[in-house]
Amino acid sequence: MLEGRNLTVRYGGFTALNDLSVQLRSGMVTGLIGPNGAGKSTLFSVLAGSVVPTTGQVLFGGEDVTSRPPVLRARLGLGRSFQLSRDLAGLTVLENLLVAQPQRVLEGIGAALFRRRAIKARQAHMIEKARGLLLRVDLWRLADQPSAALSGGQKKLLDLCRVLMLEPSFILLDEPSAGVNPTRIGEITEFIRSLVADGVSFGMVEHNMGMVAALCDQVYALAEGKLVAEGTFQAVTANDDVARAYLGVGA
Amino acid sequence: MIPYLIATLSVVVIFTLAGLALNLQWGMGGLVNFGLFGFYMLGAYICGLLVVRWGLNPLVAMTLAILTTAAISALVSLISIRLSEDYLAIVTLGFAECIRLFISYEDWLTFGTLGVSGITRPFAGLVSAQWSDLAFIILAISALCVVYVVLSLVSASPFGRLMRATRDDPDIVGSLGRSVLTIRLRSFALGGAILGLAGSLHAFYYGYIDPTQFTPIITAYAFMAVVVGGRGSNPGVLLAAFVLVFVLEGSRFLVDYVPGLDGATLASLRLIAVGTALVVLLIIKPAGFGRERPTVRAGSDLKN
Repeated sequence: MLEGRNLTVRYGGFTALNDLSVQLRSGMVTGLIGPNGAGKSTLFSVLAGSVVPTTGQVLFGGEDVTSRPPVLRARLGLGRSFQLSRDLAGLTVLENLLVAQPQRVLEGIGAALFRRRAIKARQAHMIEKARGLLLRVDLWRLADQPSAALSGGQKKLLDLCRVLMLEPSFILLDEPSAGVNPTRIGEITEFIRSLVADGVSFGMVEHNMGMVAALCDQVYALAEGKLVAEGTFQAVTANDDVARAYLGVGA
Repeated sequence: MIPYLIATLSVVVIFTLAGLALNLQWGMGGLVNFGLFGFYMLGAYICGLLVVRWGLNPLVAMTLAILTTAAISALVSLISIRLSEDYLAIVTLGFAECIRLFISYEDWLTFGTLGVSGITRPFAGLVSAQWSDLAFIILAISALCVVYVVLSLVSASPFGRLMRATRDDPDIVGSLGRSVLTIRLRSFALGGAILGLAGSLHAFYYGYIDPTQFTPIITAYAFMAVVVGGRGSNPGVLLAAFVLVFVLEGSRFLVDYVPGLDGATLASLRLIAVGTALVVLLIIKPAGFGRERPTVRAGSDLKN
């Protein structure tokens, strides 16, 4: 479980998050929604580790990770995806996945010179693992292509596969539908659903309400840095305060 | 002709080493090292001073110069974790200028602007003076071979892949649990070691070093080699550095053959020619001649 307790983030005089608490439980998908400027991205950054909250705590699996940078959270099993389809452009699709091996071994200069046999054996094993993932999203046929050649939607899937190589228990998704062709959103939704069935938990910031409705078991609605409503998607969208936050006062 | 060829080849080999070091740091690692000549100078001075002031065996001095330059290089890279490309370029350039000023003025240690003279070459006692250049070139070429093999292995390894990944997007690499700082530290250390080696060979080759020999033009040559050879491609950079320095150094003899051409004019003409060639090259082949190779290929079973 990933938990934020009484999170407050201030940028100078501006309060982006105001004493907000969320619980992203295991075995399900938790959605974070809200209009622009509600504080979703800040909350995401705090949970992922790229922003340290002014006050409050972040707990992952019961452990306090508030001041741990993303690199250490990843090692605990907390993965993340990126909003814009960012990729390691100079690497092939397959290499993108091999950067994210679950164990950090044989990755130094010494190993490069003197443990080539071990590297080869391990690499063969990792290629098999990568192949399994890439076949699920129909990217294996592009394995040797530079990842820069992929479409926006394919890069999102690649991003997700790369994180999955780490075998994380929890993945934070930053707008998985942003910049993706509508027909491909269904594909990404299906893939995430199958991963939940495999036992991975998700938290996601998302604007596409169709995707939130299809995936999220629990939804938190934010407005102006505060929590407005929480519950199932239906309950949250039926809430008057949420409608008001989206449509303005008096709606 | 033979002595001239050996002399040119020595310079070529030394610059090629610098080009390969930059290809590791900037080509593969994305770390803009404008202060390359500072690390090179450091290697030359540590090696030269150890031989002349403390009478160390030249090979031992060279080894110590390599290790020290690697360590100092790694320390400088610690700054880089917070700096993006342009700022790192400024910091490294500043560092190199500091090194040059330190060496120029702290003459109690470095002999200042007088320079360090009488640097003996390795195996000086074993080979007679007339074979000294040949012995040196054999040493230099062997060193280049070792460096080339090491860099080829590194670039094909998981570490090489991590370096290139860090160059493309350090945030992603960090989010995958890899320490960007460690990767940069190691690439700077290895690059520094190679520059320390190149500097040591410089000291041995000339036998005399002074601060005026070390200018940013060394950095410029190395960048040219990487740009022409293709970022990330060791064979490309090797070939480009060879051709480039051979043309630059080798065209000196034109003075003897072309009437009305003096040394100063030729030097200027050479720079104009190189500049023009670079511009033309960047128009017709912006990525350089070499290609970066993937560390793995899925290959034949792609269809399954």
